[in-house]
Amino acid sequence: MHQKQWRFFKLFIAMILSAAMIVACGQKEEPTQAEEKVELPPIKIAVVGAHSGDLASYGIPTVRAAELVAEHRNALCGINGRKIELVVEDDACKPEIATSSATKVTGEGVNVVLGHICSGATKAALGIYKDSHIVTMSPSATNPGLTQSGDYPNFFRTIASDDAQARLEVEFALGTLNLSKIAVLHDKGDYGKGLAEFAKSFIEADNRGEVVLYEGVTPGAVDYSAVVNKIKQSEAQAVIFGGYHPEASKIVSQMRKKAMDTIFISDDGVKDDTFIKVAGEYAEGVYASGPMDTSKNSIAIEAVEAHKAKYGEDPGAFYLNAYAAALALINAMEKSCSTQYDDIVNALRSEWVATPLGIIKFDKKGDAIGVGFAMYQVQNGAYVEIK
Amino acid sequence: MNVDYFFEMFLGGLTRGSIYAMIALGYTMVYGIIELINFAHGEIYMIGAFTGLIVVGILTLAGWNTVAILVIASFAAVIWAASYGWTMEKIAYKPLRKAPRLSALISAIGMSLFLQNYVLLAQTSDFLPFPNLIPDFKFLKPIEHILRPSELVIYLTTAIVMALLTFLIKFTRMGKAMRATSQDREMAMLVGVNVDRVISMTFVLGSATAALGGILIASHIGQINFYIGFLAGIKAFVAAVLGGIGSMPGAVLGSLVLGWTESFFTGYISSDYEDVFAFLFLVLILIFRPSGLLGRKEMDKV
Repeated sequence: MHQKQWRFFKLFIAMILSAAMIVACGQKEEPTQAEEKVELPPIKIAVVGAHSGDLASYGIPTVRAAELVAEHRNALCGINGRKIELVVEDDACKPEIATSSATKVTGEGVNVVLGHICSGATKAALGIYKDSHIVTMSPSATNPGLTQSGDYPNFFRTIASDDAQARLEVEFALGTLNLSKIAVLHDKGDYGKGLAEFAKSFIEADNRGEVVLYEGVTPGAVDYSAVVNKIKQSEAQAVIFGGYHPEASKIVSQMRKKAMDTIFISDDGVKDDTFIKVAGEYAEGVYASGPMDTSKNSIAIEAVEAHKAKYGEDPGAFYLNAYAAALALINAMEKSCSTQYDDIVNALRSEWVATPLGIIKFDKKGDAIGVGFAMYQVQNGAYVEIK
Repeated sequence: MNVDYFFEMFLGGLTRGSIYAMIALGYTMVYGIIELINFAHGEIYMIGAFTGLIVVGILTLAGWNTVAILVIASFAAVIWAASYGWTMEKIAYKPLRKAPRLSALISAIGMSLFLQNYVLLAQTSDFLPFPNLIPDFKFLKPIEHILRPSELVIYLTTAIVMALLTFLIKFTRMGKAMRATSQDREMAMLVGVNVDRVISMTFVLGSATAALGGILIASHIGQINFYIGFLAGIKAFVAAVLGGIGSMPGAVLGSLVLGWTESFFTGYISSDYEDVFAFLFLVLILIFRPSGLLGRKEMDKV
């Protein structure tokens, strides 16, 4: 009996609370609705990417960048008087979730999409946006095929693709250093091998040089003396290595200890201070490509400061790329005075915009012109950009 | 192909093989005595290297001579890793000695993961530079580009360790007790052999050689991290099986054969298939000689 009374009492409390909530919500919404009658409908920007799971650290900086840019614009006058509204959707970097996220934001009538983050998820979602004529811009998907295949005219990105790095390395070796015999090595991983394959095909397509050795090494192997001997035997003037710094430092050290002065050129997996720390004196003179240094760009400094002020910490990966993408999208809609697909695409391709990555616009395929990699060299224990 | 190149590949394979042998000895000895595959053995090698790094760091700060540092760090690594081996046996294997063999095997895998993660937490996941402790002078003209002092030290150390172990097992009381235990544990117990002590001693000896291998290769390669024991441990295990697990000369022969196989495949075919061929080789040997190169049905196990 007593228990039954208690149950009724709980139900009663719950009813009162939910009623109060309905009232509260209603009160909150009323003024907004009143405002909207006067204002133009907002421009909706979808922000899709990994916001949960193990890759969240790649996606959340993009959301924060979009929030900061949108807040800043809304505080002025939005885009030509229209407020910006963000539609944030998580895809956990999984292609199968990305398609449903894409369908969902398309259904909500977003005007443009900022995202996705991972190449696989981006590729899965792009077809849906293409069918709905929605411009999509990724801050971080580097897979070359996304732009170069020509399958996705609605796709743009503010990061250089993987092959751009290989192209730069090859051009540097053949053009700047005037070398002709190159050994191409990789660590058999997706990233390293992909890069090495591009480097190999670029050298082969170029009549200035030849690939004298193309091989994969086993990461974590006890030593690399056999491969090092092979490089020596091949009489390569330079090694182009695709992979990360632990293997690179082992190979370089073993080469130098064998008194080989073969030039070593690598990628942004090696352009890391740990490489210099581990390889020590043997790191000296090693070349590596890496993203251009934009830390002195005034917009970049402002963007980082804004992040620190709002979130109390340094921004994470691809933050500046995402910031640049948000600015480029807004600029395109503003300059074209339109949210129509064709107008936005034309504006992206023709209007230069100042971003944290420098002043950029986009080429026909959708890659940003002005964003790219630079070559660095280890000089006196630090990476120095080669102009 | 020219002769120099062949010799370089030969010596590179010998370096690898020597390191595998230092680790494989521990696998084969432990298996010989208690028929357990101690999968945490690769981690002992890694701990040896880490201990070496810490001692080297302290002594370098104190400004000692590199050769003195090498000797002291090696002793420290050997003693510290041996104490890990001893403790590991007491904690993870002794309580399971009467349990089915699978339990002890799983306990070994657990121990391996525990030690990896323990070092990861206690130290760092980054690669750490390991200073070159062996003075890097040049040899005379014909072999100057082929052989390096640190490689020579590795060959010599391996040879000395082999000789000492062989002496220990053939001519000492402890060796006799080990041989007896490996042939028939219960019978050995009945005639008064302290089997527990023999087993502990086996773990201590195996761990000591692995640690020595760890510190030498770390100094040769110049870097370590918490994960280096995994691949080296697997390869050494394969080498031990290749030679005939339980047999000491077999472990050494298996290691050298594996080292040379890898080196020559890399040198004359491609390093892409280095592991593929090394393991294919293992499969073939096990098909045609199931007990390994030097293994016998009725073998002297230690």
